Amino acid sequence: MKREGQTRIPSGCAVTAVISKSGERMSGGSIVESMIPMHDRSNGLGGGFAAYGIYPEHRDFYALHLFYDDEGCRRECEEYLRERFEIVDAETIPTRTMREITDEPLIWRYFVFPRRSALRSLQIDDREYIVRATMKINSTINGAYVFSCGKNMGVFKAVGYPEDVGRYYRLDEYEGYLWTAHGRYPTNTPGWWGGAHPFALLDYSVVHNGEISSYDANRRFIEMFGYKCNLQTDTEVITYIIDYLLRRQGLTLTETAAVIAAPFWDTISHRPEGERETLTYLRTVFSSLLVTGPFSIILGFEGGLMALNDRLKLRSMVVGEHGDRVYIASEEAAIRKMDPGAEDIWAPAGGEPVIVRVKEGRY
Amino acid sequence: MGVEFIYPEFEVVRNSSRCIACRVCERQCSNGVHTYDPDGGVMLSDESKCVNCQRCVSLCPTRALKIVKSDCVPRENANWQADTIKEIYKQANSGGVLLSSMGNPKPLPVYWDRILINASQVTNPSIDPLREPMETRVFLGKKPRKIERGEDGRLRNNLTPQLELSMPVMFSAMSYGSISYNAHKSLAEAATELGIYYNTGEGGLHEDFYVYGPNTIVQVASGRFGVHADYLGAGAAIEIKMGQGAKPGIGGHLPGTKIVGDVSRTRMIPEGSDAISPAPHHDIYSIEDLRQLVYSLKEATQYKKPVIVKVAAVHNIAAIASGIARSGADIIAIDGFRGGTGAAPTRIRDNVGIPIELALAACDTRLREEGIRNDVSLVVGGSIRSASDVVKAIALGADACYIATAALLALGCHLCRTCHTGLCNWGIATQRPELVKRLNPEIGKTRLVNLMTAWRHEIKELLGGMGINSIETLRGNRLMLRGVNMTEKELEILGISHAGE
Repeated sequence: MKREGQTRIPSGCAVTAVISKSGERMSGGSIVESMIPMHDRSNGLGGGFAAYGIYPEHRDFYALHLFYDDEGCRRECEEYLRERFEIVDAETIPTRTMREITDEPLIWRYFVFPRRSALRSLQIDDREYIVRATMKINSTINGAYVFSCGKNMGVFKAVGYPEDVGRYYRLDEYEGYLWTAHGRYPTNTPGWWGGAHPFALLDYSVVHNGEISSYDANRRFIEMFGYKCNLQTDTEVITYIIDYLLRRQGLTLTETAAVIAAPFWDTISHRPEGERETLTYLRTVFSSLLVTGPFSIILGFEGGLMALNDRLKLRSMVVGEHGDRVYIASEEAAIRKMDPGAEDIWAPAGGEPVIVRVKEGRY
Repeated sequence: MGVEFIYPEFEVVRNSSRCIACRVCERQCSNGVHTYDPDGGVMLSDESKCVNCQRCVSLCPTRALKIVKSDCVPRENANWQADTIKEIYKQANSGGVLLSSMGNPKPLPVYWDRILINASQVTNPSIDPLREPMETRVFLGKKPRKIERGEDGRLRNNLTPQLELSMPVMFSAMSYGSISYNAHKSLAEAATELGIYYNTGEGGLHEDFYVYGPNTIVQVASGRFGVHADYLGAGAAIEIKMGQGAKPGIGGHLPGTKIVGDVSRTRMIPEGSDAISPAPHHDIYSIEDLRQLVYSLKEATQYKKPVIVKVAAVHNIAAIASGIARSGADIIAIDGFRGGTGAAPTRIRDNVGIPIELALAACDTRLREEGIRNDVSLVVGGSIRSASDVVKAIALGADACYIATAALLALGCHLCRTCHTGLCNWGIATQRPELVKRLNPEIGKTRLVNLMTAWRHEIKELLGGMGINSIETLRGNRLMLRGVNMTEKELEILGISHAGE
């Protein structure tokens, strides 16, 4: 069977997120539990989590999480990293041996910073440097795969049911102010760890439920700007679109949502004048980044998250609150599992972004 | 007679038990096929003049007429086919270049018919256009590479002029002269009602049609017929015609018989003179010259109008498109080798140029590889025959399609391919007042609007089936296509997988 990257693999899914608006750090145990009532939304071929605020001791360094097929590609990749980065720490990611999780690759993490001389000669900033290095490793070093590369955050994913994946990575031993989770229901993957979700680039991580119909239009457009869609998954291309719009174009989150899940022309025509112009401009300029077909995505980033449904709301997604916590999930049951006292549970409209930020200075 | 004789291509079959000798056929046939024999009280036919335009057949009140292909042909020969033999006889008789009209009729591959479209099943839902919004609006023109913000932090509109289309189809260039006043009026009114554009072609713009300017694309071709400041200012966009799919490498041909009255005035050339545009633009011998013309036209119109550069699909079209994209043009129009014409040398029409499907795929791929796809819009023509051709073209990477033959068919054209004679019985490709008046522009407009409305419905159905609710996300979405009956190479150029993959 062909794996992610060799063919396009559609999948259904479950997503969950929890964030503390005051920046309080929470153990990963609870979000792992949240996936249990949504067990049937996954099929055991992929689960994963993104956690923010988990590496405060290394907060100024990029945390690279890598899968290696074998020691050979690890040595090759580490040689590549040593040439280009200052590496302050390198270790295997702690895991638990479990019957449910098998065929593990080598799983490493590195805390790094780009060499200053390299940044100067390339005339780019450290974030762009990380993006390029990630693209390079993933497309040229056979058997090595960077699946997380942000600061003070990390992605943990594997082939298996998400609740097992969470226990496998001992997520109850980490504490973060924002967690997102994903359970995958792919239709034809042989089960490759790199193909599980979340998908992340820098501090952006995306969990996504759906199968977008715009995939190839989006992919062929975004690849003009140096991104390589190695996995051929929706989540990957959505992450690149978000990175391009937020980081490279400098759009706001709301503007980004108005590109990805653009309001219908008819809706735009009824908006007040200034807003109408802005929305028309965004739809015209970034028309190839409109995403159609069903999706509910949760974008995590340093200090917050954005949840967004496709404009027809073809996928379920609900939001609930309790105290300083905001919960988002494919199903209400997942929120109830995390916090039986969650209130004001509501379903955002299609294309209506839900943006939650941690108070400035608290993350 | 004798060696010069070529047996007529068609036979007029008249059912004498039905014919009432009402002489409608006689009055309707500009070619003079039918005559009345007062002695016998019967209609006679001279089938040697028949072009099989079906006018008499369509108007015969008793359905007494049919036109059939003659079975009197030279002895069968797979190598020397009847058409080839007849062409040799014609040339031996006349010593001239053979002229033809409309698109290449040869049995060369039609790739549209080897491409199949996807639909959603189970893993994502199809969308019902009768119950959900389904968008077909597109904007053509250059898109800025970087957003800009004003001092208040709000997005600044740094878009250059765009063409807004209610659906991704426009009426392609057909000059006033090659087609009639009433045909032009039908196209102009239909484009206005539909919220799309029609194209003047290279013959200038009749003064009566300036009112349709907001839905008009004015063309500047190598002959510069009818080009002046008011003309350039009249349209919504300006198209530089570098080439035409039916006759790449040569200029327009309009026989002097069609240069009469208003046509002569609009073109600004004497009556009866053949309008043969030069093969190249004599101020464009290279890409940097094109850039100068693009900017001259922009200067002349205060940068208020997008500039389209239209080229014929030829072998190195991808490199040409890349050059045009860097020339300052806002839109590239590519015309495939099956594109129509009012008159072209037969050898060129039937043998020069490449299929639009391959040219489109190659250009779209090339522009993306160079990262400049968003600097231009791509419009393709050269035999777009249906809504599914449009959908396939958009999925291969086009922003919009140009149609012309399909539009003429809606006006009554029966594809008899003798436009160059100027005797069009349907009032389309003629300047004879008695023929022109047969085309009622009001009815013509309605039929064009009907055709486009029907296509728009079909486009929406196809989009919905794919789970797409906006035409933008179909553009370049090649995963929605699969090929059948194609070689690896053909699939590679089209950038699509084979059915079953």
